[in-house]
Amino acid sequence: MGNVQLREVAFARSGDKGNTVNIGLFAARPEWYEVFVREVTPERVKDHFRGLVEGEVECYLMPNIHAMNFVLRGALAGGGSTSIRMDNLGKCFGSNLLRMEIEADEA
Amino acid sequence: MRTIRIGAAQGFYGDSILPAVASVQRGNLDYLCFDCLAELTLAILQKDRKKDSSKGYTRDITSSMPALLPYMKEKGFKLLTNAGGTNPLGAQQEVLRMIQELGITGLKVAVVTGDDILPRLPEFREKGISLSHMEDGRSIDDVLPRISFANAYLGAWPIVEALRQGADIVITGRTTDSAQFLAPLIFEFGWKKDEWDALAQGILMGHLMECSGQVTGGNFSGDWQSVEEMDRLGFPIAEVEQSGSFVITKAEGTGGLVSIETVKEQMLYEIHNPAAYMTPDVVLDMTQVVLEESGRHRVRVRGAKGKPSPDTLKVVMGYPNGYVGQAMVGYSWPNALEKAKAADRIVRKQLERLGWQYEEVQTEFLGYNSLHGPLSTLPEENLNEVYLRMAVRTPQKEAAAKFPRLFPPLALSGPPTMSGIGGMTAPRELFGMWSCLVPREVVESRVEVSLVEVE
Repeated sequence: MGNVQLREVAFARSGDKGNTVNIGLFAARPEWYEVFVREVTPERVKDHFRGLVEGEVECYLMPNIHAMNFVLRGALAGGGSTSIRMDNLGKCFGSNLLRMEIEADEA
Repeated sequence: MRTIRIGAAQGFYGDSILPAVASVQRGNLDYLCFDCLAELTLAILQKDRKKDSSKGYTRDITSSMPALLPYMKEKGFKLLTNAGGTNPLGAQQEVLRMIQELGITGLKVAVVTGDDILPRLPEFREKGISLSHMEDGRSIDDVLPRISFANAYLGAWPIVEALRQGADIVITGRTTDSAQFLAPLIFEFGWKKDEWDALAQGILMGHLMECSGQVTGGNFSGDWQSVEEMDRLGFPIAEVEQSGSFVITKAEGTGGLVSIETVKEQMLYEIHNPAAYMTPDVVLDMTQVVLEESGRHRVRVRGAKGKPSPDTLKVVMGYPNGYVGQAMVGYSWPNALEKAKAADRIVRKQLERLGWQYEEVQTEFLGYNSLHGPLSTLPEENLNEVYLRMAVRTPQKEAAAKFPRLFPPLALSGPPTMSGIGGMTAPRELFGMWSCLVPREVVESRVEVSLVEVE
């Protein structure tokens, strides 16, 4: 089916701890999970958030709930209580990840 | 089978108390647990205490407690809260005062102290505890003199001790959020310190409950349009069994949604490694957790695994770190974005000409990129309106205060249609946060539980 934007096939919630943001990315249907694991790599997520995130991106897999957890370091211009951004707590990083397009031929 | 029913009250300082009242009235609760302390909250409370040494707890207890206290005996539930903030003993005094004012007798109010380690930092350093930053190992030397609050995250066991002494209400300062929810299970079921899987279930339950409406359909990024009656969203209630297996639900007659999706979303909220979520009570592994729908607005949760608790406690400290000054003005169609961008260029030129220097000047366009930043796509249409928001960072309060004054003149001397001047806020103090680990025994050896009964 070609390229698909994550917002069509996933939901996501983000939150902060210090200067780190994490994003839970959830497959709306179980069969999408393996596609996410192949396509939504930490490298791609780091690239996606260029200009917002300065540090490294780690990824943890949660096959039991068809979810991935991304941990983004150096994501909040110093952290919630120091940042002068509007989204100082990283609440919108989840929806921002849903902008990403992935290849989804076999799903 | 015997179950213990735990209700979640406020999920942060400032959250509504009405859903907790609904849970108390219709939820048949055994315990009502609060989480009032986000990472930053102690910075706010510390300021209160500096102005008035009897304050430093979350001030909204003065309005929230009278809404709940009259039900405690009739409904037979106990109330646990970390509303003590930087002054749990002050909060106890305030709660005792309200109980007496309401003419209620026979309630025992306990307090847990010992999380506040600010006065002990020099002693810790002498003992050779580094206090280096836990994420990047930086030395604390530069910021140590500016630290204005420092609290260790205590676990559930001091709260259990308070319950064993017969407390009806337990007030703490900083604990892990989930400890407030785990403690009653340890007390009721007699779980031992090394029943790791049961403790892990309890921590997972607390983690799912601690952000109140976020597990019952609030801030839900899935099919949020189908969440009913958000105007009276119910807060979560957990029905927990001896084994630790539990159901997340909510009170009858409340709005919101409890589904596998809403529970999943909260499971990973503010979590790093889901196989090793560190707490003072147990290290939680949620990679084998199973979620099952067991009825309308009911999700059963089981399968959490626990590993032995760590030898350290996490400490979060804060220090004043300059000020932010900001302003916000709106522009209307046509070419609203272009007008707002022109205003940004004008202000930046004026800053240069005036010689006003700031550590950082942040520009955001509300309606276009203020929430998604550089990832925002250009609007396809000529937007109806755009707000320009500019913020500056500076060590000087006065420098932050004067920045917004550049904006009103733009109404007559800048791009057309400037309106909605509403964001000229007073300078706000910024805080640096410092997290580190300390050996748990140096903190826990000073933790105390004290109890007062209103006769």
